[in-house]
Amino acid sequence: MKKLLIALLCAPLLAFASGAELHLDKAPDHSRDFPALQNGAKVFVNYCLNCHSASYFRYNRLTDLGLTEQQVKANLLLATDKVGETMTIAMRRADAKQWFGAAPPDLTVIARARASEFGSGSDWLYTYLRGFYRDDQRPTGWNNTVFANVGMPHVLWELQGEQAMGPDHKLVLTQPGKLKSEEFDSMVGDLVAFLKHMGEPMANFRKGLGVIVLIFLAVLFVFSYALKREYWKDIH
Amino acid sequence: MRDVPGGWIIRYMHSTGASAFFIVVYMHMFRGLLYGSYRKPRELVWIFGVMIFLVLFGEAFMGYLLPWGQMSYWGAQVILNMLSAIPLIGNELAIWVRGDFVVSDPTLNRMFSLHVIAMPFMLVGLVAAHIMALHEVGSNNPDGVEIKKKKGPDGIPLDGIPFHPYYTVKDIVGIVVFLMVFSIIVFFMPEGGGYFLEFNNFFPADPMVTPPHIAPVWYFTPYYSILRANTVNFFWIDAKLWGVIFMGLSTIIFVFLPWLDRSPVKSIRYRGPLYKGALAIFVVCFFILGYLGMLAPTPGRTLVSQVCTILYFAFFLLMPIYTSLDKCKAEPERVTG
Repeated sequence: MKKLLIALLCAPLLAFASGAELHLDKAPDHSRDFPALQNGAKVFVNYCLNCHSASYFRYNRLTDLGLTEQQVKANLLLATDKVGETMTIAMRRADAKQWFGAAPPDLTVIARARASEFGSGSDWLYTYLRGFYRDDQRPTGWNNTVFANVGMPHVLWELQGEQAMGPDHKLVLTQPGKLKSEEFDSMVGDLVAFLKHMGEPMANFRKGLGVIVLIFLAVLFVFSYALKREYWKDIH
Repeated sequence: MRDVPGGWIIRYMHSTGASAFFIVVYMHMFRGLLYGSYRKPRELVWIFGVMIFLVLFGEAFMGYLLPWGQMSYWGAQVILNMLSAIPLIGNELAIWVRGDFVVSDPTLNRMFSLHVIAMPFMLVGLVAAHIMALHEVGSNNPDGVEIKKKKGPDGIPLDGIPFHPYYTVKDIVGIVVFLMVFSIIVFFMPEGGGYFLEFNNFFPADPMVTPPHIAPVWYFTPYYSILRANTVNFFWIDAKLWGVIFMGLSTIIFVFLPWLDRSPVKSIRYRGPLYKGALAIFVVCFFILGYLGMLAPTPGRTLVSQVCTILYFAFFLLMPIYTSLDKCKAEPERVTG
């Protein structure tokens, strides 16, 4: 019986061996770093929010990041004039589909959608945004290491410069951009942190509340267990 | 989720609750298998229990369509397409149930009303029936002794204790422990590593883009594996129909347990090695099927799930044989504590 059980447990292991591996770089954690998140919001509004919407996120929720409504109105409100509006764009999906081959997805929860067994959604985005390289086979002239044949051109190329795919499948910087490599990585890290924040703006509050709830339950456990013991002591 | 203050906690409790309900139900069923709680005189309790299990499947499936994400959409497409495997009327039946040629608005409306009204009322009714049937015969115990057989002069079972206060205070401890686990998930990992909220479901439903890999949520995966394990057209019947038949049978077969079990004792404490081994193999197979149901099929994985499907059914169908051959210990007269 034991042998059968062991065989049963081992046989499927062969079947579980997975195929393709996707290597993702670890995104820095800026979830409580307001300056980084504010910078990320700035980059998002300037570079992403022309083709991509974030239609479940309201501008005035940026006050969660330590900004005032006045600051949001003065600096980030490019696509609308009401601070309570959601981050929508003017481009129609049908047009976008014709121009890019696929309509650019809404980015509100993109950091949650891109999570996989290979890493968090932030890791995926962090690797993706730094993984564009020159490819003359593509209509946009760009390809990507984690999203093969992507429809999006390299929007941040002026900042990063141009990369090419080396013979050993490593990216090489062929033409430097406005930012140094570390500066670019740090900026993408801020952007990704903001995308993650947008996916779940209440995440920090949720964790804080969770600690309080668990402390309450721990105290309740002590009392309820003492009560149970008191009632049951004459049973056995 | 965003515009209602505290809305996120309601939604996370709801999504985590779906998984938690199944964890609790699977554990409750496993306890029934351990202690023979399905045996005479509790057949009716067990049958109502299996009906709750089946309705819960319906409730969970219909609820999963409602967020209208990619996995919701394509999962519903796969499950509702199973109807089309029925010969002759299948295709028309599937269209009738969906209300369209593909999953779309009418399907969403139907699933919503069934999820919030019909199925919950059925569940409440069945739970009431489950408890009423239990009240008639009394609870089982880990010894498998019928406590109502030995009553004191006052007519109260000698081995029994009242539900209140003993089990009410004991269950409060259990509920607090459950809430701690539940809160850890709700507050610190609401996605449950992709098992409770599938990552791909954060993409909105798109009828034009089929995801490369469609997997149901974890509680359906053992049965999804059984569905996919049928790959052979057999007796002129399509493999797809066999899959649907076997998947249906694998859930309904629990109903027959009270009559399949021929053992003289109820509880695992007094059972012999044959039942213990069979139960262990069954549980291992259940977990393997569950795991494989989350992965994309490969020939090797399909073979493993076929073997596990056979062993799953063997647990039930061979039960009359191995339980009557088993070497059991003598069941005590009174509860041993």
